[in-house]
Amino acid sequence: MASIPSTASGIASAVSSGSVSARTVVDAHLEQIAARDGDIHAFNLVTADEARAQADAIDADIAAGRPVGPLAGVPIALKDNLCTHGIDTTCSSKILEGWKPPYDATVVSRLRAAGAISVGKTNLDEFAMGSSTENSAFGATKNPLDLSRVPGGSSGGSAAAVAAGFAPVSLGSDTGGSIRQPAALCGVVGVKPTYGMVSRYGLVAYASSLDQIGPFATTVSDAALITEVISGHDPMDSTSIPQSAPSLVGAVTQGVSGMRIGRVTDLPGGAEPEVMERLNAAFDALAAAGATIVDITLPSLSFALTAYYLIAPAEASSNLARFDGVRYGLRVNAADTNAMYGATRAAGFGDEVKRRIMLGTYALSAGYYDAYYGKALKVRRIIAEDFDAAYKNVDAIVIPTSPLVAFKAGEKVDDPMAMYLCDIYTIPTNLAGHPAMSVPFGTGAHHLPVGMQVLAPALGEAAMFRVGGALEAAGGAQ
Amino acid sequence: MTQSGSPISASDVAKVARLARLDIDDAQVEHFTEQLGKVMGHFSDIDALDLSSVEPMTQPYPLVNVMREDIELPTLDTDEVLAAAPAAEERRFRVPPIVGLDG
Repeated sequence: MASIPSTASGIASAVSSGSVSARTVVDAHLEQIAARDGDIHAFNLVTADEARAQADAIDADIAAGRPVGPLAGVPIALKDNLCTHGIDTTCSSKILEGWKPPYDATVVSRLRAAGAISVGKTNLDEFAMGSSTENSAFGATKNPLDLSRVPGGSSGGSAAAVAAGFAPVSLGSDTGGSIRQPAALCGVVGVKPTYGMVSRYGLVAYASSLDQIGPFATTVSDAALITEVISGHDPMDSTSIPQSAPSLVGAVTQGVSGMRIGRVTDLPGGAEPEVMERLNAAFDALAAAGATIVDITLPSLSFALTAYYLIAPAEASSNLARFDGVRYGLRVNAADTNAMYGATRAAGFGDEVKRRIMLGTYALSAGYYDAYYGKALKVRRIIAEDFDAAYKNVDAIVIPTSPLVAFKAGEKVDDPMAMYLCDIYTIPTNLAGHPAMSVPFGTGAHHLPVGMQVLAPALGEAAMFRVGGALEAAGGAQ
Repeated sequence: MTQSGSPISASDVAKVARLARLDIDDAQVEHFTEQLGKVMGHFSDIDALDLSSVEPMTQPYPLVNVMREDIELPTLDTDEVLAAAPAAEERRFRVPPIVGLDG
């Protein structure tokens, strides 16, 4: 029997050509999950029966000569805040435990139509609020590279699933870095597309003006392939950009010759020295590949953390008002509705979710709106204008993804501010609505992976994948 | 600013928890006040910025009304939706009394 390729594109071509069956591919990945996920806890739920049935259906299509999609037989793991029809979707929260959505997220439908096979729902920080996947009501996810360390978050389960070989690709959501930071900490590729590029229909909302769905993969090319499949206009999301999905896979091998790549000279500090060494090595590699490195400044970048931790909780406090014990999920019974709301939400939400709801409620409350939320929206504007000015002179920008390599479990879990600082390099992109990706680029402290982040202007995915491809090709050479 | 110099007081936190429909006890109020105070202390970094001429930015792109054709489309299955509710009766969501019986 032919061996199973390690990449999504390799699996899809092997399955389509009949050299490996989809069932063989799925069984091999389910075996890996059964053997190792007890230690890692990447999954909240493994949908083995559904995956095998779907694999058999694809194999039947191939045997009958019917056409199959570009991801035929590719196992994929889905963050557990993406709605899956009839399959538990918990957001790693007790308030949604046992809830079976009555519909599929658009990304889930598109992946299935392309032939991808979901193997399960992955763990996250509750409602995607966190940077370590320790804030899960169902237990923390461990970093597959070192079980004493965190995988990052909030899409830590999806990052760990790909890093552990449980699936060649997975989906996460990124509101302030929740795809890119865990990708960096687990040594895999992670992409946050342009806001509006990928439909958010069926993504349980955290902060609607910032949330975006994107892939994890072991290669830049696989990440581009998944981005192509899930992108494109969706009438079910009114913020979806009305244009079709772009071609991106070709950009990965196009090279960076002639590109202008920005080096931020006033980057906020706090990164480990090894991370900054890798950043310098990245610029050396890109210059050697023919790019011109251009020094730029982004003077408002250091204010992004404040803007984000006012705007995201404000939107969250509104979005999470829907969890009231009436239509779905947990209810704690009480004499009247008001008492029922308070008791249900107290029992159903974890501490970090409560903190952010309270922070957001405060920032929006009478007397404080202008001082906090209103001001944060203005800071958001000056950050976006900084990027606009920079992109007049450069095609892409490279900065670290995370200031730190994977940290020890328990180290920051009860110190919100220390945890929030993990997002310092990822949140500016969400505020601006731009695309960004993290590409593994060698190792730092404790021989743990370091991710380099490629930023590009809105709808600049092709430029982003060119730079990402060049960094991958340089191999993160030490 | 409260008298203690913390950006948020325990009574602010208790009030905000009520507004957000989160029942929390006094020990939790104290715990959250300390943690939120630390986070909000960081927010003072934007105090010195002159933002008087800056327009607020609520979305990456300006939002426009998005309309669809006024035609019948399939909707969610009512039975399936109600089956996921904590309580349902006569094809409706059932809730406890909204106001006291004595008004």
